[in-house]
Amino acid sequence: MNVPAAWYLVLAALLFGVGAYGLLTKRSALIIFMCVELMLNAANLTFVTFARTLSDVGGQATVFFVMVVAAAEVTVGLGIVVAVFRRRSSTSVDELSEMKG
Amino acid sequence: MAAVAYAVPSVLVFVTAALLILVGALGVITVKNPVHAALSLIMTLFGVAVAFVAQSADFLAAVQIIVYAGAIVVLFLFVIMFLGVDRRDSVSVDPLVGQRAFAGVGVAITVAGLITLMARSHWVTGALSVSTKGHALATGSQNVKQLGTAIFTTYLFAFEATAALLVIAVVGAVLLARRDRVADPEEVDV
Amino acid sequence: MAHVATLILLMPLVGFALVMLLGAFMDEKQVGYLATGVVAVSFVLSVLTFILLLHHSSREVTVNLFTWISVGTLHVPAALLVDPLSITMCLFVTGISALIHLYSIGYMHAERDYKKFFLYLNLFVFSMLLLVLANNLVLTFVGWEGVGLCSYWLVSFYFERDSAASAGKKAFVYNRVGDVGMLIAMFLLFSRLHTLTYLSIFAKAGTLTPTVATLVVLTLLLGATGKSAQIPLFNWLPDAMEGPTPVSALIHAATMVTAGVYLLCRMSPVLALSVPGRTTIAIVGGVTAFVAATIACSQKDIKKVLAFSTISQIGYMVLAVGVGAYSAAIFLMISHAFFKALLFLGSGSVIHSLNGEQDLRKMGGLAKFLPLTFPTFLIGWLTISGVPPFAAFWSKGDVLANVFEYSKLLWLLGVLTALLTAYYMSRLFVLTFRGTERFREVTEGHDPHESPWVMTAPLVVLAALSVVGGLLDLPWVHRDSLAGFLNPTFGFIPVIGHASGLAQTGLAVVDVAVAVLGILAAFSIWRAGAEQPRYESSFLENVWHWDDFYDATIGRPLTMASQFGDDVVEPNIIDGAVEGIARSVGRSADGLRKVQSGFVRQYALATALGLAVIVVYLVARAG
Repeated sequence: MNVPAAWYLVLAALLFGVGAYGLLTKRSALIIFMCVELMLNAANLTFVTFARTLSDVGGQATVFFVMVVAAAEVTVGLGIVVAVFRRRSSTSVDELSEMKG
Repeated sequence: MAAVAYAVPSVLVFVTAALLILVGALGVITVKNPVHAALSLIMTLFGVAVAFVAQSADFLAAVQIIVYAGAIVVLFLFVIMFLGVDRRDSVSVDPLVGQRAFAGVGVAITVAGLITLMARSHWVTGALSVSTKGHALATGSQNVKQLGTAIFTTYLFAFEATAALLVIAVVGAVLLARRDRVADPEEVDV
Repeated sequence: MAHVATLILLMPLVGFALVMLLGAFMDEKQVGYLATGVVAVSFVLSVLTFILLLHHSSREVTVNLFTWISVGTLHVPAALLVDPLSITMCLFVTGISALIHLYSIGYMHAERDYKKFFLYLNLFVFSMLLLVLANNLVLTFVGWEGVGLCSYWLVSFYFERDSAASAGKKAFVYNRVGDVGMLIAMFLLFSRLHTLTYLSIFAKAGTLTPTVATLVVLTLLLGATGKSAQIPLFNWLPDAMEGPTPVSALIHAATMVTAGVYLLCRMSPVLALSVPGRTTIAIVGGVTAFVAATIACSQKDIKKVLAFSTISQIGYMVLAVGVGAYSAAIFLMISHAFFKALLFLGSGSVIHSLNGEQDLRKMGGLAKFLPLTFPTFLIGWLTISGVPPFAAFWSKGDVLANVFEYSKLLWLLGVLTALLTAYYMSRLFVLTFRGTERFREVTEGHDPHESPWVMTAPLVVLAALSVVGGLLDLPWVHRDSLAGFLNPTFGFIPVIGHASGLAQTGLAVVDVAVAVLGILAAFSIWRAGAEQPRYESSFLENVWHWDDFYDATIGRPLTMASQFGDDVVEPNIIDGAVEGIARSVGRSADGLRKVQSGFVRQYALATALGLAVIVVYLVARAG
């Protein structure tokens, strides 16, 4: 008998929480990106758990696509980080505060 | 469900995966060196891969390692090295007032809420999928076949779209990372 | 007859329109004669209508012009009521107006706004005729307001003078206060009787409760006091002497000020229902007559004496109305129009000859220089003093006889007033025409000259009327004279039982004695000279300090309240509210601006907190 889905779901929730906290708290753009990856992984884990429980391969297909999109996102995102860093020589997101009211 | 004993191997696997994941995640957000953070990320991704395998998602576990840990984190490392980001990053006091406190509270509430919601709705609800006729998902090579069939038939459009997305992403990345070519001396911007 | 009656009303309006449109192309003389002409035609038409009415089957003829207001239960036609009262009023209004128009041609010669003057005069006559001929209260009110407006324009005719402009305003404001009374009376009547047409009101008047009837009467009295310058709204009339003398003669002696008395007479069936109302009217009239007479004794301006005299004489009329002697009031009104217009125009002639001087102390001995003005003025003086056989002896006597039967106290007041009237008019006469010549410095040594024929002709006509005016209603032919003619209008008023012939003769003797006494007293005192401090009183001269009283109780508190509003309410409350809203909007915007800090992490935090809220909600809802 496999471990109940509930445990994996809770684990995914916790992973999501950690990633979210890191996203809100860290100042380096790169670390923030990594936290985004954490959150995405939490979502993937949730999908796979559901796929297994409901015997639906569509869950796994979703994960597949999420991974593709994550890759694309990282590509573009890091490109932006590089472009910004060239101007300011700092990856701190707090520096990008010109759009203030 | 609580009264039933679970197979020891699956419990062990779960515990391993959980440890890898959580320690890695905490590592990402606590270590000062970004390179170390990337390595922690790898640990997390590895843990997730283990969880995938335990859940009969073998192909995905493989893709996870190859794409996520292999490509994406490597990309991260490239950029970290390229930019020469040093460890002058985490300061004990957050310059934005109350950010950490509110973030902690918000995240805690969200996670607790999510878990409560899931618990209240009996974790997994819904009918079993008709496509697999109620059987459990295949493992091993059969899993690849099953997944492939699903992607190339049911989710074909999404597949094509992601292909286009990748192309766009590559083009965008190239454009973003290109140095500003000075075409004419007058066109030098401020 | 309907057409003739309508034309009476329309002729002055035609004159007004023609002068307004074509006045620029006409010269002085043409404008003057045109304006006089239309009023004269009106007079002729009035005579015609009078004759037609005598031979008409019914004494009350309604001429419907068009439906004016028809809303719900309110139906106000634009219609005329030709009955004995209104035709009598038309006759003397148009007659005297025509004479005064003629007089003005000479008096206003070479004035800057000559044509405007005739414009206003014609409009005034139209409004007065509308007032008198209307068959319902609303149309009367239109005329009422019209005469008030024209009075304002004409009083402040020399508007560049501050005193004239203020006088005009004062007249208008006092009139307005009275108008409130008339409006309330209209509201009351309409709410109870659902009609404002005179004939319908009279038919239904019996259904009014005594309280409502008294209220109506009192509010009508308020309106009348405003228009006819009685207590408590009389102070405007002396100030209105700032206007040119023809204006004073026409408006403030013969026509507009009689409008109040006319209204009360017209509403006599309603007055009949309220004893307290009539008592109040009588007291107001009697007291005003007496007070005004006392004030006139100490005035130094010739026109002011005549102004207070007017107030006093109208007091007599109001008193007559109060005791129920309506036809006596009308008789006095007509004769008063004759002799008061005569006196005013005569004084205008005097003023004209002295290059505008109006102060009695600078006149004297003018008898030999004004061969036509002097005798006509003499006749006017004798008339108003109540000397037989001139008009006022009969009319004032008629009034006093009726008052005697009603209340001995009021009669005594009336007799005292008559004594004072004789006294102050004789004082005026002596100071102006007899005694030493004190005017030399005003005329720069020249002799004063008599006025041109356009001015003296009306004087002669009015003098003649004052002589024979008594024939209108001699006591022994009541039934066949004015009272008899007016009977259908007032006929249903319970007639006060007449005293015996002996009592009437006795009263007449008292009247004559009082007149002679007043004349002799004045002659003996004022022959000596113009300054007689022993016989003068600053209290009387200052109108019993009535103006100061109003100023202290009403004027100054209102000014202070307005000042308070301007200094405190306006900047703090009103501006404060408006600016306060603006400022609070600004401040709240400033506060909200801080949300846009520019820090991405804070935006992300906001999103996360929002997510937390949603999750909490979902948890709570599912539970």
